[in-house]
Amino acid sequence: MTDLHTHAEDIVAQFSDHLDLTVDEVEERLDNLVNEYRVPVDEARRSVVNSYLDEADLERDALGQGGNASVGLAEIDQDEQWLDVTAKVVELWEPRSDSVAQVGLLGDETGTTKFVAFETSDLPELEEGAVYRLENLVTDEYQGNFSVKLNRTTTITEVDEDIEVGDDAETVEGALVDIQSGSGLIKRCPEEDCTRVLQNGRCSEHGSVEGEFDLRIKGVLDDGEAVHEVIFDRESTEALTGTTLEEAKDMAMDALDTTVVADEMRTGTLGRYYRVSGPQFGRYVLVDEFERLDDPVDAEAALIEARSI
Amino acid sequence: MSQAPTREVARRVFAREFNDASHTFKESDDERAPVYLLLPTGERANRVFLVGTLTEKEDVGEDDEYWRGRIVDPTGTFFVYAGQYQPDAASTLRELEPPAYVAVVGKPRTYETDDGSVNVSVRPESITAVDSVTRDRWVVEAAQRTLERVAAFEDESNEYARMAREEYDLDVDDYRAMALAALEGLDETDELGSDAAPEADLDTPAEH
Repeated sequence: MTDLHTHAEDIVAQFSDHLDLTVDEVEERLDNLVNEYRVPVDEARRSVVNSYLDEADLERDALGQGGNASVGLAEIDQDEQWLDVTAKVVELWEPRSDSVAQVGLLGDETGTTKFVAFETSDLPELEEGAVYRLENLVTDEYQGNFSVKLNRTTTITEVDEDIEVGDDAETVEGALVDIQSGSGLIKRCPEEDCTRVLQNGRCSEHGSVEGEFDLRIKGVLDDGEAVHEVIFDRESTEALTGTTLEEAKDMAMDALDTTVVADEMRTGTLGRYYRVSGPQFGRYVLVDEFERLDDPVDAEAALIEARSI
Repeated sequence: MSQAPTREVARRVFAREFNDASHTFKESDDERAPVYLLLPTGERANRVFLVGTLTEKEDVGEDDEYWRGRIVDPTGTFFVYAGQYQPDAASTLRELEPPAYVAVVGKPRTYETDDGSVNVSVRPESITAVDSVTRDRWVVEAAQRTLERVAAFEDESNEYARMAREEYDLDVDDYRAMALAALEGLDETDELGSDAAPEADLDTPAEH
């Protein structure tokens, strides 16, 4: 049957990096299950793939699904999708965990997305600023934010071209009308690749853990027409409030209470006008840059504009 | 992606228009549905953001603290009430010495008096001391938003304008004149070069 033949070709292609299979032998196994044992085709394929996975000592995750999608990095909107991309390493970040070999930002014409490469995948190191053809990446979703993971089957080929990385930064402005709970001095889960914010000393994934202190602000900018939720990371929170992580820890220590930090931040920032820009992740704009809008207003210009409304 | 309820935008409205409002409504039968104050220029407001001068504050509570603040903008006075359920705002009012520029984020509240008229006040979510630059920026913004609402008042698709025509007997052109006057006032202070915040006078007792 041609149908089985096509499936067999797919499977051979999927395992081409790992096993030396022929289409005939795969088709024969499929044929045996489907025509001899009356197994539905999908189930037969699954079973055959599984046996080859065992043979190659691979996890199902390690396999491409055959025919990877080509999606712009800023347009990823599915979890566990297999991708091939040509992308530039925009930034490399400090891995927070020993299991992470490299973490950073990949960019293509559509914009940027976070990438992670794990130690266990044993991949060649990517260099900041270089452009690579990356095949067999898999997408990952966490709280509405998408990233890509490199894995053992990922092929990395440096390409001799430059990419104009798209600017997917959003710029929003307005009065800071709220600093939400989960802001100020927070603790993050120290488990490998987790970094979830702890609630009462507990990580929703790893339970009770000894957290690591961090600073952030989840704020709301409101221009009277629309609201924008924004997140300041430690660096931008320090710049916004003038309070460093160390100072925040001291404040909390003196007060025997971490909430004093957020209270102090509210006093210093709420009700002021800001303009922020950064990538949009889910409902949040992650603040890369911000400025306080504190130039004196030009009343005359405002009046001229107002008369025209 | 999580589907959190959408946060209500904070409307920019001058004190005079705010105090002219009286009609409140909900858009669904759900007990927790947001309550909106209908602004006379044809917009619904479940939240407001205002910046003005705190001129007086008084603890009007009987047993518990209940702070009332008068916050003045170029057109009139906002009344802000904060008690035990607004601990942050209440403690800010307790500590601030008028006069001071303050920014308030809060919810409109209406209260019917014995003679049948409706008083409007703000129940603050936050009150923070700010500077004169922030105050001026707010005046400009409030004027722009007000003028935009007035300009859209005759639009056929403007359901809140229709509602305002039914509920209120007010001339929206007055709000246009008010907004322009507020901006003219800013322009004049500019020319006088006296846009700096006055020093707080700590000794003057508030009168009521």
